[in-house]
Amino acid sequence: MTDRLARTDPFDYSGSSFSDLIRRISPLDWPGEPAGHLPHVEGTTIVAAVYEGGVVIAGDRRATAGNLISKRDMRKIFQTDRVSAVGISGSAGPAIELAKVFATELEHYEKVEGSELSLEGKANKLASMVRGNLPMAMQGLVIVPLFAGYDRRSEVGRIFDFDVAGGRYEERRFSATGSGGLHARASLKARWERGMGADEAVDLTISALWDAADEDSATGGPDTVRGLYPIVAQIDADGYAEREEDEVAERARQVADARGDRLSAGSAIADRNPRPDAPA
Amino acid sequence: MPMMPYVSPEQAMKDKADFARKGISRGRSVVALTTASGVLFVAENPSATLHKVSEIYDCIAFAAVGKYNEFEQLRVAGIRLADVKGYQYSRQDVTGRALANAYANAMGATFTDSPKPLEVELVVAEVAAEHVELYHILFDGSITDEDSFVAIGGRAEAINEALGQTYQPDMDRAAALRTTVAALEQVEERTMDADRLEVAGLDRSLGRRKFFRLDERGVAELLDAE
Repeated sequence: MTDRLARTDPFDYSGSSFSDLIRRISPLDWPGEPAGHLPHVEGTTIVAAVYEGGVVIAGDRRATAGNLISKRDMRKIFQTDRVSAVGISGSAGPAIELAKVFATELEHYEKVEGSELSLEGKANKLASMVRGNLPMAMQGLVIVPLFAGYDRRSEVGRIFDFDVAGGRYEERRFSATGSGGLHARASLKARWERGMGADEAVDLTISALWDAADEDSATGGPDTVRGLYPIVAQIDADGYAEREEDEVAERARQVADARGDRLSAGSAIADRNPRPDAPA
Repeated sequence: MPMMPYVSPEQAMKDKADFARKGISRGRSVVALTTASGVLFVAENPSATLHKVSEIYDCIAFAAVGKYNEFEQLRVAGIRLADVKGYQYSRQDVTGRALANAYANAMGATFTDSPKPLEVELVVAEVAAEHVELYHILFDGSITDEDSFVAIGGRAEAINEALGQTYQPDMDRAAALRTTVAALEQVEERTMDADRLEVAGLDRSLGRRKFFRLDERGVAELLDAE
């Protein structure tokens, strides 16, 4: 049985790691290093916000290649186990692959060990996988995930963001990543409140995505023509649950209406300049 | 040159089979049975942490009797095979039949090649939309498929006979558990309290991962429900 089952050392600490296994037995299936700087699909805004008893994570749907929109209905939020999810930003191909390997990694560990990794353990594992991508990142294929989950031990929602080199940073309130992350973060900072409920957190993330899309061309806003809206997921003691598309559409419309009212109230300037082409 | 005593292949195989059977018959039994919603595994297992039943993949589960360290190795090997295959191809390409064949090959090869055969007997179950596949694999790699129920381990024959009298297709989870526990109690001639039972299975009404495991309270509730 020794060779037929590819038995490993019983004290091999990597025994319950799926990514170590796949690298060992099938290195060709592990994403390799590209020969040069290739054109690829990217562009993202991912936001997450902690609320009382959980965390909300949301992402826009646009993917870009250079200055072109290559996809309008992309999924960037991936459930990774019952109580966690990653939002991906950076190069779409490797990033989606990373989310897939990571989800398999968590499930593999849980089945082999008979118990789930701690949320901290999951975040550390993801950090090492991002670090493993560093050679690719040096060539332009950057992956920067945002990890959100419910910590069963401390019974709170937690957010971790990462840098290209695999640095892992916990954010206590909210975080944003991707090309529109800067604007989304400012929006979250202005509106986040301690003790928020899940619905308020959902509105907050939709609102932050709207702000990001308003400023960043690589982030897609609500697409009413095609009926495409952000993917918004809530993670708490009951696990991962995505909000229905109809509900997100309605909330996105309310955010857009509110912004529209505020922005068009700039009529004071219109009053001063009755003709749009008139010099001030 | 010292002479090795001659043992005929027939005798060697018979000795190994007797040895394996003896080892397996010392352990307690596990029952796998098809229910209306999938498959249910019931084992008399006083340990709450060392399981005889395990999740392998989305729709595939595993149950074993015999030597714990031996079936634990087989269990982990099965999870590895399934996860790698599902990652390389697609989740739907992972089948119970392929897994059962891998187990049968590994156990058969060990039985033939190694001086000590595995003292292990397995059931691999897969639920599909309409039906359940149950594969029963013996220590020597022989494999059979069952469509309703199968008991493995120490008193398998007697339990199979007792269940044959009472088993109904399309029982719900509670009825299936009570029927199985009644058969176990009849054969073992002692009562099976919830804290001595390991109950797990596959339920097709669940999401992607169809495996469930009942805790002691869950087992007690099903046993009391009428």
